[in-house]
Amino acid sequence: MNHSISLTVNGARRDFVLDDPRVTLLDLLRERLHLTGTKKGCDRGQCGACTILVDGKRINSCLALAISHDGADILTIEGVARGDQLHPVQAAFIAHDGFQCGFCTPGQIMSAIGMMQEAQAGNDPERIRECMSGNLCRCGAYAGIVDAVLDAQGQMDETNQRRSA
Amino acid sequence: MKPFDYVRPATVTEAVAAAAQPGAVYLAAGTNLLDLMKGNISRPDRLVDVTHLDGLDAIETLADGSLRIGALVSNADLAHDPAFATTYPAVAEALLSGASAQLRNAATVGGNLLQRTRCAYFYDTASRCNKREAGSGCDARDGENRGHAVLGWSESCIATNPSDFCVPLVALDAVVEIEGKGGRREIALDALHRLPGNTPERESVLEPGDLIVAVRLPPTARGFAAHARYLKVRERTSYAFAVVSAAAALRIENGKIAEARLALGGVAAKPWRARAAEDVLTGVAPTTDAFQEAAWRALADAKPSGDNAFKIELARRIVVRALRLAAAGTPARLPALPASPLASTSGAFHA
Repeated sequence: MNHSISLTVNGARRDFVLDDPRVTLLDLLRERLHLTGTKKGCDRGQCGACTILVDGKRINSCLALAISHDGADILTIEGVARGDQLHPVQAAFIAHDGFQCGFCTPGQIMSAIGMMQEAQAGNDPERIRECMSGNLCRCGAYAGIVDAVLDAQGQMDETNQRRSA
Repeated sequence: MKPFDYVRPATVTEAVAAAAQPGAVYLAAGTNLLDLMKGNISRPDRLVDVTHLDGLDAIETLADGSLRIGALVSNADLAHDPAFATTYPAVAEALLSGASAQLRNAATVGGNLLQRTRCAYFYDTASRCNKREAGSGCDARDGENRGHAVLGWSESCIATNPSDFCVPLVALDAVVEIEGKGGRREIALDALHRLPGNTPERESVLEPGDLIVAVRLPPTARGFAAHARYLKVRERTSYAFAVVSAAAALRIENGKIAEARLALGGVAAKPWRARAAEDVLTGVAPTTDAFQEAAWRALADAKPSGDNAFKIELARRIVVRALRLAAAGTPARLPALPASPLASTSGAFHA
């Protein structure tokens, strides 16, 4: 039986016909939309490489059935920059060497963006480490990742202060 | 993953009818179910998606002072609800000590209650497991079992329940609201999960089609807000299941414990309420001696199921420390590492 669903992906509405309900959001993004920035690491919810934002919240796309998310608003790593202007978190990862091989990086960045929106960690490195614990980095770039997130959080705080001033 | 039919009912009544069929299971976030399906541990014929049902995602205070939490409220939304975290701090701390931020954003209250064991032999389809395949045997019994149960286990199954959330909930007398073929009913959370006995494949008292629609905390649960903690020992700092955990909640009046609540996690096939320990604490001053007596009572019936005798002593120490943390008072803000004995702001000293 075919199932029709529609999603908003990085701001654009996309319609799909699924001939099998087993398709995850991760596989839909990678195989049907060729948005391969979202990585398939463990495919079991343990590594965080597949992190995306769904309706503004970070989740593991490998453990989400596409069919169950009909109507959802999805943001992937391909949708965070504005043209050639990197998202502040992307720029901070480059500035602070927040990666080595780069495989976990899209998930780390999407997780960091989600975390900053959750506003639970602030600029406390210990809380950032705890709130980012769902993203593994086999190269061990954690120190750079925490520095990058702190930097991006600081920039965002400044921007918000300027806006409210 | 085995193929399955997907149905999306419009009402709870339709959902119950669809899920009462043999081979049908409910799908909420799927954070545990999809993992199990990918590993061929769960092989449902039909998924009944309840995520689009209306009215199951509210947190509401009832007229009598109870709190009713809809089954589809996410673990993160509940833990970060300011009023909830202030009133039921041990529950919020337990939620935030579990899984990762991504999983907590997706995982639901109802799903958390019904998550399956993390026993490695249950996950390994090449192993014998009475829970996965009734009557096949238990390879955990003579296997790598240092993480397994020390209370309530049987020769058929020594698996533990992995939920953090359930531990403070059972201590606070949470009630589960269920919609089934016979209509609405409710049971104590303490009565939801079954001990394995000879039928470890039956993990709860739920019948086919039964849908958890809400969890309720009774008015008395509010009385512990000033002295309630969750403490959890893990094999890594974050994003790990409990080796042993404890929820401790005290109501202290005039320097004495008017009422105590204590439950353990990671030790049995269900969240383990320690009523004998609570009794010994009632009416006495919150001293280390009293907490040690409570810890002995809590683990009086414990016995190793394998290479895990250390968990009994560890559980005693965690009980004492959780009670001391609770007696010291709920912190104004949760520590950076919720429930962690390594938390820099836990205020604890070693038991």
